[in-house]
Amino acid sequence: MKYLADEGIAGVVYLADRLGKPVLVEGPAGVGKTQLAKSVAEMAGSRLIRLQCYEGLDESKALYEWNYKKQLLRIQTQRVSEEAGAATWADVEEDIFSEPFLLTRPLLEAIKADEPVVLLIDEVDRVEVETEALLLEILSDFQVSIPELGTVSANQIPLVFLTSNNTRELSEALKRRCLFLHIDYPQLEREKEIVLTRVPGITEHLADQIVRIVRSIRSLELKKHPSVSETLDWARTLVLLGIESIDAEQAKETLHILLKYQSDIAKASKELAASPAGGR
Amino acid sequence: MRHFDLAQKMTDYQRALGDGELVAAGRHGGSMLDVLGGFIGELRAAGLPVSLTENLDAMEAVRHIPLEDREAFKYALAATLVKNNAHWKAFETIFEVYFSMRGSQWRIDDGDVDLEADDLERLLDELMEQAPQEGHGGAMEGLSPEQLAEMLYRALMDGDEALLRALARQAVSRYSGMEPGRPVGGTYYLYRTLRQLDLDAVLERMLQASQEQADGGMTPLEERLARDEFESRIDALRKEVEAEIRRRLVADRGAQAMAKTLRKPLPEDIEFMHATRDELVSLRRAIYPLTRKLAVRLARKRRHGRKGPLDFRNTVRHSLSYGGVPAEPKFRYPRPAKPEIMVIADISGSVAAFARFTLQLVYAISSQFSRVRSFVFIDGIDEVTSYFEGIEDLTEAVHRVNTEADVVWVDGHSDYGHAFEKFWARWGKEVSPKTSVILLGDARNNYHASQAWVVHEIRNKARHVYWLNPEPRSYWDTGDSIVSQYGLYCDGVYECRNLKQLEKFVEQLG
Repeated sequence: MKYLADEGIAGVVYLADRLGKPVLVEGPAGVGKTQLAKSVAEMAGSRLIRLQCYEGLDESKALYEWNYKKQLLRIQTQRVSEEAGAATWADVEEDIFSEPFLLTRPLLEAIKADEPVVLLIDEVDRVEVETEALLLEILSDFQVSIPELGTVSANQIPLVFLTSNNTRELSEALKRRCLFLHIDYPQLEREKEIVLTRVPGITEHLADQIVRIVRSIRSLELKKHPSVSETLDWARTLVLLGIESIDAEQAKETLHILLKYQSDIAKASKELAASPAGGR
Repeated sequence: MRHFDLAQKMTDYQRALGDGELVAAGRHGGSMLDVLGGFIGELRAAGLPVSLTENLDAMEAVRHIPLEDREAFKYALAATLVKNNAHWKAFETIFEVYFSMRGSQWRIDDGDVDLEADDLERLLDELMEQAPQEGHGGAMEGLSPEQLAEMLYRALMDGDEALLRALARQAVSRYSGMEPGRPVGGTYYLYRTLRQLDLDAVLERMLQASQEQADGGMTPLEERLARDEFESRIDALRKEVEAEIRRRLVADRGAQAMAKTLRKPLPEDIEFMHATRDELVSLRRAIYPLTRKLAVRLARKRRHGRKGPLDFRNTVRHSLSYGGVPAEPKFRYPRPAKPEIMVIADISGSVAAFARFTLQLVYAISSQFSRVRSFVFIDGIDEVTSYFEGIEDLTEAVHRVNTEADVVWVDGHSDYGHAFEKFWARWGKEVSPKTSVILLGDARNNYHASQAWVVHEIRNKARHVYWLNPEPRSYWDTGDSIVSQYGLYCDGVYECRNLKQLEKFVEQLG
């Protein structure tokens, strides 16, 4: 998928690749933070490994886990063949804490991959501050320490994207290890390009009108501003409805696709209908 | 702003670097290091937390960027040095100051100039040769002010960025009346230049022209969109003028001195009491993510409350199903405290800006608490809780508070004593052990009686009493401020002059 970047986005992605540093992507919801990682993966032809963060995420879900059922089975079989007088306890112990008994989770998987991968750690602001520490070793040294096994270092340095909706301040330690990229709502021309590429069958005229109206709405004080994805939804709807050129009435009727709060819709439709000269 | 396919841009960078740009970086190496050093020093002076690692990262990053690409250079620095979007503006200003001299030579020729009228093109050529420093001797000298205004209007109509940039330069050299060494701030020159350009009139004229162009008139929607477009173009012009003035000032005074005069507090350090209009806007924007953060944080804290003590009765009851063996211990879960909050805010002129922000904050976190009641006073006191109920638009609520609330008793000068007395008489019995009371004000009582016993009484009944004072600590108890008389009976008196301090307070409240 073609991703239309601006100077800032392109520069930072390029630097991340060059310096081998993770990128922390921040910005309002729906401006294409996750899509950026996906597009980069596609562009580079790498595999995308995704870790969706949530409250309560822990080591065993993010890094690795011992497959204890398999370990139990191993010990069980040991007991059965005991009469043969084969292995000692030390052998067994060494055996059950080896790689075949390890379940890799996204972070470890990204490290162990032989081919180039893009690692996406999505919505990192959702985990607790303490859990953030899990990420630090990976982000700075690209390695994972497993007490029983030793340190697993990366075969290749994955391109790491962390996204954040900024619901809380991330720790200094995490920020320091990353390149910082703030993605905001795109400029008028860029948003128009995005609409033109992503919505098949849209006319240039309609796309132009759409992004202008969206810009106008974003300048209002609303609870939630329309994001790029909502602009796209709106554009698709208008195309489906066979509208060539929007007037205020049609805009008002389809506004609920763009805005998610009743009060926002009321406010925006009032603003759009009002003559701007009167508002001065 | 230019935009492009991401994949394409990557190859561009690669190619630029392949052509020996790294060597060029090495050549500039020595002086570049100095400039960067000064630049980072200035960032730190402006309050941005730039660590040593980040400093090194920045040095490393610029080695990988084609230095000729000014935008890329800027974003490389930003990505490594600025880790908080609220600091972006400060960064941008300092960047402009330190690297504007570099930029000026690249700026004009990168635009795609595509003009139809011949005379415009010729003029542009002349302009391009004109370096910013020799403003007065340029080729535009022959142009009359009317012609210049006409050019400006046409450039704005067409949205021709390159020409606008050139015109901004010309306007500055013509109208700002800059003299080297004159100790006047940039805003003065900006004001002088913009006054001559009269952009409001230009906007009206543009709107009229576009109305005439459209056959059969424009719908209100179209008109609105046209206005938005023109306003954004004029805004771009204004920024261009500002940048040009800054460039010249830097040339005159040097980057370091200039950066120092431009230094502004970061949003979280802006004082509520002395915020300018622009700062108020940026504060309002900053307070929204803050409240969201607080709400998330408070909710999280609730859910992750520790387990309570053993519930003996419940355990015994459950042991019956195990034949009397208490196999399944039951615990008493702490009942989440549902604090009621009473906010009593001074809204007299001296602390108005502060009270406004606190009301905003209280309103935003009210969903997290079972009940938030708000009272405002000057020398009388009134409850304003209902103004905030079911209202989506906070500005409206604040407006109602300011106009409708009955807060003036005698003369409209703060009288804490009387207000507190009235509060105790009317609402005192509604203060319960679940209530946390937050008092907001500078405690400048105009030498009236303090009636501090009310605070004492409230303290005895309520869960907590906090006082937030928007004045610097060193001003407390000077003049007519009697904050320590009240503070004696509070659980805590906090200095609360900026977002940082406010955030700290609410954090320990949760």
